[in-house]
Amino acid sequence: MGSSIMDSLFQRSLEDLIKGIRLNLLTEPTFISKSTDDIRREIKSTDLHTKSVALQKLTYLSALYGLDMSWAAFHVVELMSSSAFAHKKIAYLAAAHSFHAATDVSLLTTHQFRKDLNSANPFEVSLALHCFSIIATPHLARELTPEIFTLLSSSKPSIGKKAVAVILRVFSQYPDAARVCFKRLVENLESSDPHTLSAAMGVFCELAVKDPKSYLPLAPEFYRILVDSRNNWVLIKAVKIFGKLAPLEPRLAMRVVEPICEYMRKTGAKSLMFECVRTVVTSLAEYESAVKLAVVKIRELLVDDDSNLKYLGLQALTVVAPKHLWAVLENKEVVIKSLSDADPNIKLESLRILMVMVSERNVAEISRVLVNYAIKSDPEFCNEILGSILSACSRNVYEIIEDFDWYVSLLGEMSRIPHCQKGEEIEHQLIDIGMRVKDARLQLVRVGRDLLIDPALLGNPFLHRILSAAAWVSGEYVEFSKNPFELMEALLQPRISLLPPSIRAVYVQSAFKVLIFCLHSYLFYRETIACSPSSPDNFVSESKCPGSDSAIVAADCQQDEVFNPRASNQSFEDASTEDVEDITVTHAQIPNSASLGKDGFTHESIGNLLNLIEVALGPLSGSREVEIQERARNVLGLIELIKQELPGLVKKEGNFEREGLKFPKIIELMHDAFSKELGPVAANAQERVPIPDGLILRENLGDLEMICGNDQLPTSSSFSFGIPHSKEKVGLPQSKGESSEASTESTSLLAEHRKLHGLYYLPSEKNDVSNDYPPANDPKLQDNLNDDAKDLVKLTEQSLLQKKKPNHAKPRPVVVKLDEGDEAPIAAKKLELKEDLLSGAVRDVLLGNEAVSTSQSNLTDKSSSKRRGKEKLNTDHPSGPKEVLGDVGNPNMGNPSSRRSKHHGHGKERRHRSPRKKEKEREENGQKDKQKSSHRHNRHKSRQRAEGPNNVVTQTPLIPDFLL
Amino acid sequence: MRSRAAINPKFGIVLKVMIHFVLLISRQGKVRLTKWYSPYSQKERTKVIRELSGVILTRGPKLCNFVEWRGYKVVYKRYASLYFCMCIDQDDNELEVLEIIHHFVEILDRYFGSVCELDLIFNFHKAYYVLDELLIAGELQESSKKTVARLIAAQDSLVETAKEEASSISNIIAQATK
Repeated sequence: MGSSIMDSLFQRSLEDLIKGIRLNLLTEPTFISKSTDDIRREIKSTDLHTKSVALQKLTYLSALYGLDMSWAAFHVVELMSSSAFAHKKIAYLAAAHSFHAATDVSLLTTHQFRKDLNSANPFEVSLALHCFSIIATPHLARELTPEIFTLLSSSKPSIGKKAVAVILRVFSQYPDAARVCFKRLVENLESSDPHTLSAAMGVFCELAVKDPKSYLPLAPEFYRILVDSRNNWVLIKAVKIFGKLAPLEPRLAMRVVEPICEYMRKTGAKSLMFECVRTVVTSLAEYESAVKLAVVKIRELLVDDDSNLKYLGLQALTVVAPKHLWAVLENKEVVIKSLSDADPNIKLESLRILMVMVSERNVAEISRVLVNYAIKSDPEFCNEILGSILSACSRNVYEIIEDFDWYVSLLGEMSRIPHCQKGEEIEHQLIDIGMRVKDARLQLVRVGRDLLIDPALLGNPFLHRILSAAAWVSGEYVEFSKNPFELMEALLQPRISLLPPSIRAVYVQSAFKVLIFCLHSYLFYRETIACSPSSPDNFVSESKCPGSDSAIVAADCQQDEVFNPRASNQSFEDASTEDVEDITVTHAQIPNSASLGKDGFTHESIGNLLNLIEVALGPLSGSREVEIQERARNVLGLIELIKQELPGLVKKEGNFEREGLKFPKIIELMHDAFSKELGPVAANAQERVPIPDGLILRENLGDLEMICGNDQLPTSSSFSFGIPHSKEKVGLPQSKGESSEASTESTSLLAEHRKLHGLYYLPSEKNDVSNDYPPANDPKLQDNLNDDAKDLVKLTEQSLLQKKKPNHAKPRPVVVKLDEGDEAPIAAKKLELKEDLLSGAVRDVLLGNEAVSTSQSNLTDKSSSKRRGKEKLNTDHPSGPKEVLGDVGNPNMGNPSSRRSKHHGHGKERRHRSPRKKEKEREENGQKDKQKSSHRHNRHKSRQRAEGPNNVVTQTPLIPDFLL
Repeated sequence: MRSRAAINPKFGIVLKVMIHFVLLISRQGKVRLTKWYSPYSQKERTKVIRELSGVILTRGPKLCNFVEWRGYKVVYKRYASLYFCMCIDQDDNELEVLEIIHHFVEILDRYFGSVCELDLIFNFHKAYYVLDELLIAGELQESSKKTVARLIAAQDSLVETAKEEASSISNIIAQATK
């Protein structure tokens, strides 16, 4: 008791607390926590005044310093029941601030709310209403509906309007309240008190935004208000409501378009004018004259000095643009000037408009200018620009791109912009285009080469993802490369140590692909040159290596063994070591021959290549990253094998088929394996994979993590004899002929680079490679932005006015699309049960058949619709996972040798399937689809049936005669 | 333009209000008033305040008063050292909200007599009651400055009488010796 008196007498007031906090700025947290301790003690006091001060302080700390006060909920309820108005006020403020749906003590407030809502003191009623409007729960709303109903027609306008505003919250918590209160709410639309009317319009506006259809019958009321009211707040709401109703009922639109235009013309209030403009462009866009007027008004906004109006004008223009391009054309100077506005929001808005205008015929020009613009912009806006170009161009599987060579070069160019942070997206698109557009591969490889070869790019972490894509593309489509040797050097340059391990692994794998390609071409070349003259030696040599065949067979089931240096040593012991040494010596004497590469694959160049790889990858075979280590070892193993056989090849310039040399066969096989097409994979491909017996999908998938983790390990260089040979034999690349026009810039970079690092890239250098390269693409001289804006103006002049499609020299290349949507399936739409209930209730009231549906029937409706929702979720579920875990219908599934290493994370697969099989599968898919669609149809029907009662009601003529 | 209702995943309540919350933030980033009309947990509130003050306080003068944020729009205006922010849906009327903010400032000005930040710091609860007369359930409810001033004054006198009663020494002693 003593402490209580002390607390009461010496309690800090709120003002003391605030002063204290201001004095203890540096030790604020400690001061606050100390004060909280005081409050915890004081709030338990039996003296209501002490309690109220403590609660007030706590509310202050909670509202401004984010302190948790949920623990004090019970004290709040206690104080709410105090008879003193001052206490009540503090308690209600605290409750409004801290209670939420999960606060269980709010159940205890029901009685207090009822008492205060019925109070004779209007201030108490108003306090209760305010608090109730924020913390109402379904329980509170149900219990207090009668009180709110009474207050709706309160004789005091100040209370009545608050009750009207609160009704919105009541409806959202307890839709059935509409059956009781709705009529009275509608009556308030005729209220003589302007504030009550304003509040009622506010409520109807929010209700109509959610579910416009239910409020169509009230259109005459709203129309009267629209025409009669002189209050701008009310008019804005009315216009907004008609913006929602008009699209549902054309006759209504016809009727309101005139008054709305009238307001647009005459009103002095910018807010009302803008609301009219927005309504016209969004909901009344078919009315030519109205849109014209709106565009005039938009123009006024655009040229205004007030940046707010400018911003809103641009926004309105974004809405008009798709339907009325002329509106943008009329204002294009302003739009383009806004691109260099000081306000980032305005810049963004004008960028959006520009992107809305992009089409097949102007995409190149707009992108060109925007990219130039991006180079000069600040990093943030630069990336906004790049992001919108990327998303506009890739929309609907590159719908607007005609010239993929151009687009691929653009991607390359974008990567070199200094602020570019869109690595992930560019990476994705480079690979995606590679898989989808055959004709773009040549250009892809060129662009990839330019990126790979530039050592400066490796220093920028934002570019790593792009480099990974470039490496993958170069490896996968190496047959288009002009100079694979140069490519190899680029892939193995020392600065790749700057890359993260996962990307280095891609580099190693690509180097592997390039190596296989070079060897294959070399062999092919020899075969064609030295055709038949076979020496008798060949037959002898066959018998020399009896173990070779079996070794290859062994490779099928365990390829590691073949590439294991020791194993290969054993089977080819007789290969002369002398010769190997010889060759290495000679090759060391011929510098740089590999990079000449023009007329291809001489014995020396191949030898050089092998040496280069050995030197570069040697240290990686000890890497601590398993991906890199394993891939590097695979390559090295192959090289060792080849080196032992190479001398045999040199001596006997003949038909090696019969020499029994093993490696040509290996190369052949691996080349076949690598030249299989990779295709895009549909996001819902997983759906088509039949579930194997014994696999329970709904099990806890936690255990799978281990298995999936294994999946990521490299299984490189896998090939099998079981697969049919590739349909497509890639011979010598056609690109060879045009290699003369090799780009000079990056070659010189490479030369410079070589000078720096000597002939061979020594492993010891790797660690001290410094970032001494200049940053990728130094920003060009900062030209002034106005120049560029002018540029842009010119651009749109040409490209937008040009109505005809220019004739393209090249036809648009084929873009592979998948039959069933490339996009991820759209998630099942959520059912908003409560809203359905509310609109049901509202319709019942408005159309006067309360007797038919009671709350009981609504409840059953609710549960049934819930069930429907669940059902839908279930059926849609399988389309969820995007990842493709395994190849469909591949009998070798699970056999490690049949799994090809993938450029991880790109979710595609190589299909080992005969065409006939594919066709069959397609048929099956088609059938499945049909089944599915019919199933869906059925479901849809059943839903319609279930919703029957409500729909029948709404079908009755909604708009009374006044419109007809 | 899409309309988005405030959906709080935790409680699953779908609410449609015009103004989701009101924030007063000083130029130094100190919070001076917070009022939430849509349900946000304490954690979300802190996060919202941090995010928004980061966005708004860094914007220079003469830029537009609207910020797009998490699919909503925040309308803000600076008066002296205070930023008044209100969060609305994408398709609500920004200019109208600017007017509401101005109206709020005018009422505060009238009530405190040329209001300054210190008034709001030391009369934090009063600022709430003024705001309550202006907005209810996230909707504008009163457009006359005079009426608001009259209502607030009447409430104040009610509170004062109650306070005097409660804080008298005799009352405290009576309480303690009960």
